[in-house]
Amino acid sequence: MPNEHIVRSYDEELRRLRDMVARMGGLAERQVAEATRALVRRDTDLATAVIGRDTQIDALEREVEAYCVRLLALRQPMAADLRVIIAAMKASNDLERIGDYASNAAKRAVVLASLPAIGSLAGFERMAQLVQENLKAAMDAFVNNDAEAARRVWEADEPVDAIYNGIFRELLTFMMEDPRNITAATHMLFIAKNLERIGDHTTNIAERIYYAVLGDNITEERPKADQSAYAVVRPAGG
Amino acid sequence: MSTTAETTETATKGFGGVQARSGAAINASRISIRNLEFFYGDNRALKGIDFEIPDRQVTGMIGPSGCGKSTLLRVLNRMYSLYPGQRATGEVLLDGENVIAPDADLNALRAKVGMVFQKPTPFPMTIYENIAFGIRLHEKLSKSQMDERIEWALTRAAIWDEVKDRLDASALGLSGGQQQRLCIARTIAVRPEVILFDEPTSALDPISTLKIEELIDELKRDFTLVIVTHNMQQAARCADQVAFFYLGELIEVAPAVQMFTAPKHAKTQEYITGRFG
Amino acid sequence: MSITIGAGIHPGPRKDLKVAAALGRRRRRMDAIVRILGLVAMLVGLAFLASILLTLAYRGSEAMGLSIFTRVTAPPGSEGGLLNPIVGSLIQAALGTAIGTPVGMLVGTYLAEYARGSKFGNLVRFVSDILLSAPSILIGLFVYTILVMPFGGFSGWAGVAALAIIVIPVVVRTTEDMLSLIPNTLREAVIGLGAPKWKMIVFVCWKSAMSGIITGILLAVARVAGETAPLLFTSLGNNAWSVDLTKPMASLPVTIYAYAGSPFEDWIGLAWAGALLITLGVLGLNILARSVLRGRK
Repeated sequence: MPNEHIVRSYDEELRRLRDMVARMGGLAERQVAEATRALVRRDTDLATAVIGRDTQIDALEREVEAYCVRLLALRQPMAADLRVIIAAMKASNDLERIGDYASNAAKRAVVLASLPAIGSLAGFERMAQLVQENLKAAMDAFVNNDAEAARRVWEADEPVDAIYNGIFRELLTFMMEDPRNITAATHMLFIAKNLERIGDHTTNIAERIYYAVLGDNITEERPKADQSAYAVVRPAGG
Repeated sequence: MSTTAETTETATKGFGGVQARSGAAINASRISIRNLEFFYGDNRALKGIDFEIPDRQVTGMIGPSGCGKSTLLRVLNRMYSLYPGQRATGEVLLDGENVIAPDADLNALRAKVGMVFQKPTPFPMTIYENIAFGIRLHEKLSKSQMDERIEWALTRAAIWDEVKDRLDASALGLSGGQQQRLCIARTIAVRPEVILFDEPTSALDPISTLKIEELIDELKRDFTLVIVTHNMQQAARCADQVAFFYLGELIEVAPAVQMFTAPKHAKTQEYITGRFG
Repeated sequence: MSITIGAGIHPGPRKDLKVAAALGRRRRRMDAIVRILGLVAMLVGLAFLASILLTLAYRGSEAMGLSIFTRVTAPPGSEGGLLNPIVGSLIQAALGTAIGTPVGMLVGTYLAEYARGSKFGNLVRFVSDILLSAPSILIGLFVYTILVMPFGGFSGWAGVAALAIIVIPVVVRTTEDMLSLIPNTLREAVIGLGAPKWKMIVFVCWKSAMSGIITGILLAVARVAGETAPLLFTSLGNNAWSVDLTKPMASLPVTIYAYAGSPFEDWIGLAWAGALLITLGVLGLNILARSVLRGRK
């Protein structure tokens, strides 16, 4: 939107909304990063800190939502403004879920720290890094109102899914080799799934941003690489 | 009734009703405007307008002051012909006839295309005579037919209950909102096919405004409605199709939902979101 | 930010309360002077008006009596009345108004509804305005030239014609003014129903403007009731009872004019009584006109 509103305070309110969402995104990003670091370094203190911070994200979500309701009621937004507010509301929802997944991963990291390590965690680090980058790019796209950037984020989820498939197969192998690995492997599997879900929520956010900017939905099918559902048995016709 | 069946149906068809109300479906055209140009003397107020007005739906016309929306409205019933120096070129086809042709029968046209104004315009007569005046211009009715028609018109305009006991009182004694509904009754009493509203609620309080809007919603079952409004929310509430005018040009026409959620044109976007200038 | 030198958010030096008080005193002093001057001017004007009215009431009521309404004018010393001038005035004013009003209304309607902004309309309006302010003696002379001289003598008809000519521009003006006050959207509303223009004018415009037009007519009547000059050259006056419009006809103003200048006590008394009658009549018409105008608002 090149021009400014005739009512300047409205512009300020919309800018504030974007800032609130961006701040929430930054917090979610940090949660993902630290949960992963806690996992890799077997750092229970860090994991506990991540778990404790989840309430902050929840509070921010409520704040964003209340602010959106306020804008809807008082400004009767139309067109692009309306779409941005809706996108902010939905994005805050996704970010809250991302926070939940990060917190859940941290909880599992605490458990894993007390179990013997299995396999390499490089895949996890790589996945977390990708997810984080996407999340950051999505927040930048939101603040800059950049549909193309949002679209790139949306497309960039494919490698995340690919890594997830790799981890899935690897952990499956560990479990088959030695049933004593099952507890740890299951927790790790869930963490991987959490990271994969975080990636999905990030693409949701990207879709909302794309809609907010252009008023159109991304129509094509998203490149989807999560084949883990069929890792062992491929159902007929699947 | 089995809920499962219903659920399955919803799952396959989606919320069809919601889609329909979203205004995506615009009816067949009732008035076709082709390359319309309008001049106040040498000043060109409308530039090459091409536009379809759908049958039995509400078309809202929005835009800043002086954008030509009211001018277009006054072309549709040839009101401009009252004033020397105003002329239109192009075509405005209603039922296959060119409304702006020089030989058009203006009185017949105006019986077919009624108009409601910004300010209520009750005539200095009784309520009954206000309605009867228009009817007598075009029809010869017996006393009982006339009474029946007047009751019908006042009922359709949602004012019958308020005035039925004082039909012989002067119309000038009614409140602003009542006067406006009386004017709507007077217009529909002539049984037009198209009704033009020129900012019909800009002089009314919010409750009277809502009553008029409810009335517009009700009237579109039988009439093709065109409403000029400065109030974007009003266009959003009432219209099925919305047209945005700027500096005498038609910038964009779209179903209301699209217009107010995702307009295509940057100028429309700026106007609708309040970023003009 | 840089302009807020003085107090608070306002630019410029801080307001000096002493200066403000001094300015206020000066303002009040000027106000008092102007008010006193206005009051004095009003009292002088009212004093003259009151003395006229009081003299008129005193001298008029002295000579007033039933015989004024029952007897015709008579030679000095023979106890005449004013019956023939009263009736003559009523006839001439009534007929003059009856003829002048429709003409004036139609012209006024033409100007307001058909000729707005047209050159011919402007010309007609200009001529009508000149007629409105023309000295009435000119109108008397005009009618004398075209109706009295060619037809061999003074007549009631000539008087009626002169008064009608005076009525016309008054009615033209008020009709046009009143019609111009009607909002255009009301006209468009009538046209928008598919009504022809003449129906719009007759059933809606005239109806809306009626109280104003009636007021104008009443004021026109009041004006012609007191006119002397045009009647001197047209209906002349008649000392005998006559309601024949082809003959000279008596009228109150002309009779007052003739009697007031006479040396006879009883004629002078009758002149005062006639003047009082006209004044009361004009006053009554004015009050009526005002109440008509207010009644519709």
